[in-house]
Amino acid sequence: MIRVKGLTKRYGHITVLDDVSFGVPDGEAVALWGPNGAGKTTIVRCILGFLGYEGEIEVNGVDARRRPKAVRQMVGHVPQELDFYDDLTIAETLELSRRLRAVPGSRVGEMLELVDLGAHRTKKVRELSGGMKQKLGIALALLADPPVLLLDEPTSSLDVASREHMIEVLEALETEGRSIILTTHDLDEVGMLVSRVLAMEDGKVIQECAPSELAERLGLRSWLHLIVGQDQQEAAVELLAAHGFRAHTNSAGILVEVSAQRKGKALHTLQESGFEIVDLEVWR
Amino acid sequence: MTAATAPAGIDSSAVSERVEPRLVGVIALKVLREAVRDRWFWLYCAGFALLAAGITTLALPDTEVVGTGGFGRTAASLVALVQLVVTLMALTLGARSLAGERESGTLRFLLSHPVSRTEVLLGTYLGLGGALLAAVAAGFGVAGLVSSFRSAVVDVGILLKIAGASWLMALVMLGIGMLVSVVVRRTGAAMGAALLIWLGLVFLGDLGIMGTVAATNLPAETLFAVAVANPIEAFRLTAIVSLEGSLDALGPAGTYAVDSFGNSIGWLTLGVLFAWAVAPMVLAWLLFRRKKDL
Repeated sequence: MIRVKGLTKRYGHITVLDDVSFGVPDGEAVALWGPNGAGKTTIVRCILGFLGYEGEIEVNGVDARRRPKAVRQMVGHVPQELDFYDDLTIAETLELSRRLRAVPGSRVGEMLELVDLGAHRTKKVRELSGGMKQKLGIALALLADPPVLLLDEPTSSLDVASREHMIEVLEALETEGRSIILTTHDLDEVGMLVSRVLAMEDGKVIQECAPSELAERLGLRSWLHLIVGQDQQEAAVELLAAHGFRAHTNSAGILVEVSAQRKGKALHTLQESGFEIVDLEVWR
Repeated sequence: MTAATAPAGIDSSAVSERVEPRLVGVIALKVLREAVRDRWFWLYCAGFALLAAGITTLALPDTEVVGTGGFGRTAASLVALVQLVVTLMALTLGARSLAGERESGTLRFLLSHPVSRTEVLLGTYLGLGGALLAAVAAGFGVAGLVSSFRSAVVDVGILLKIAGASWLMALVMLGIGMLVSVVVRRTGAAMGAALLIWLGLVFLGDLGIMGTVAATNLPAETLFAVAVANPIEAFRLTAIVSLEGSLDALGPAGTYAVDSFGNSIGWLTLGVLFAWAVAPMVLAWLLFRRKKDL
């Protein structure tokens, strides 16, 4: 259980967190969603004791300000900035963490297997790609099998295949009964991994809802970039406009503004009328 | 969804906020390994060992002369070397330590584990202290070996005494460097501050005292106090006493010291060195512990 009450963080006259309160019961995964600078990472850093703050933070009933070591014992953390020791290998980094957390040696191998880094265990951190560093971060966070996970943009550097694998790993963790805080600005990730979202802006929580409601509540819009036959572009735009979509052509195709969670409707409208969609991209 | 409040046998109530020697040891070992992998450390070590070998060769008289007198000159030269090289090495190692970790982000990585800031500070101090011990031992070891090869009688007792005092001096400078590292956030700025401090203590301290003697009529006890307050001077005096040398070089202050403290002057200067080894670290600990934002 994570309990945050009246959390406020100021740097001089600048307030980066303003009276934020929320709770994450055992077994629930909650997303802190919002743009860069919304204050998501600052919350994570306050929980870990990296930053001073006003307000209260408790993790499983332990006051984070008074007993930061005890709190960190219960927390696994995937940082946004993956700053590990460059000169250590993957295995040495995990070994250092294992010793600091007093975890059995067998866990290192298990974690390497879980994140698919076993073949790279002797590689130095300085030689790793962003994606491999992120996998290492996840392995480190799970090493002690902690009851609380703070995942700060945990899949932002991964390629599509690794991201899918990692999301499967993270989904499995939720069902193991942990309290999880996930920070992200990716709406898809929110939908897959959490049961509740706190939307943040300028250091404040502006919405709290189920992931499926977020786009509607915040009025989030996406753009579909559709490639249709050159001779069909004008007709497609007219058809979409007739069905209430804002659409226009650009040099390579047509752009259609859609609700972030009802993107298929525009495609369906075009296909029903016999338009062939050659390719598409989603722009946010 | 059902919840497991503490999987994997994690018992938060068992986690002590007090300093755990095991954790300090893990961090110290990590720091020691890092220091050993650091090219600057090896440059300093190689420089110190080479200079020690060179000084020993030059300070010893030609081969026919055998005896401890030659080794006494060697030891005195080594003291001068320590004043310059070891102090600089220790100060810069300390200054780079926490500032470097903070700048590279690894301090956050370390402190995302169940370790306290006190444990990080202590572990870093011990790790770097161990590295400095190795460096001092290597330098004095080389000097001892060169002396033996050149048939000089090596007074092992004196060598160990001076090596010990040199390590204590290194710990003093390491503590000052780490204090700088806690206060100054950027590595470059911390290194700059460390160099200024080194310059102040090594050169300005000595020249300042000489200038003060020339320009004022300060009483001898004040001059002596000013001299001894400088840890590098305290080290020099400790070494001179170890070598059973004369304090005449200090002029009236030296005479005052001999008259007032007699044989216990070595203990006095050693006490000053111990105080310097502790005070900056205590201050660094207080500041680091209370620092709100990493």
